[in-house]
Amino acid sequence: MNVVPISYYLVLSAILFGLGVLAFVFKRNIITIFMSIELMLNAVNLAFVAFARAHNQLDGLVFVFFVIVVAAAESAVGLAIIITIVQNRQTLNVEQVDLLKF
Amino acid sequence: MSVPFILFFLFALAAVAGAIMLIVAREPIHSALSLILVMVSLAALYLLLGAEFIAAVQVIVYAGAIMVLFVFVIMLLNAGVEQRTNLSKMAPYAGLPLAVVLLFGLAHWMAHSAIGTTVANGVGAPTQTAASTRLLSEMLFRKYLFPFEATSILILIAILGALVLARKPE
Repeated sequence: MNVVPISYYLVLSAILFGLGVLAFVFKRNIITIFMSIELMLNAVNLAFVAFARAHNQLDGLVFVFFVIVVAAAESAVGLAIIITIVQNRQTLNVEQVDLLKF
Repeated sequence: MSVPFILFFLFALAAVAGAIMLIVAREPIHSALSLILVMVSLAALYLLLGAEFIAAVQVIVYAGAIMVLFVFVIMLLNAGVEQRTNLSKMAPYAGLPLAVVLLFGLAHWMAHSAIGTTVANGVGAPTQTAASTRLLSEMLFRKYLFPFEATSILILIAILGALVLARKPE
């Protein structure tokens, strides 16, 4: 059946997480930054599923389920915050939202 | 080269390509569409790992609900081409060495740990796969019943919070 070693999935997860961090650091659009957080959550989910498969334990899959539910809640609140920011500042660029920046 | 290997590399390549496209795209809508590509290929990888329920939830909740929300907000805010600004002065001196150290440390740890050699199939994988959704539901509603109920309250709070934040200012 499945003969792909677990390390392949973990390396892919690490690559996706790294790209998510890169996007988080490099992007200037607040919506894209929020999308890169979702990318990082997806990478972590892949590691969860791979470990659950390797140890033949279903607990990891339950945790993935909870991560997806929390991500849904987080994106609903986060996008509402983004809408409020745009209503107040008329910009999507995070460089221009710098009231708390030292 | 067996079929699972080919499928793994196909979808892994699609996922990484989508993630890179997310970074290089200037329009937010292109980023959103490439993120959908990443999520669908990850769902295929979950199927390859024998987690059908998680794959279905990934497509329905992530690629369906969450990304529709993102695309809707991009449309609502009329998000155009991203503006470019200068990078931080710290990046070449602190960020790059740290990234190199992190990458090599991770690669070294992967190559020398026991998990690197484990094959992802488990014991009796085919029969266990067929009943995996049933076992998952039993675990979710027995062992993890309290966290499950807690997430329902979390979702309710999130709905209320989104409503309060996004309503029209008086």
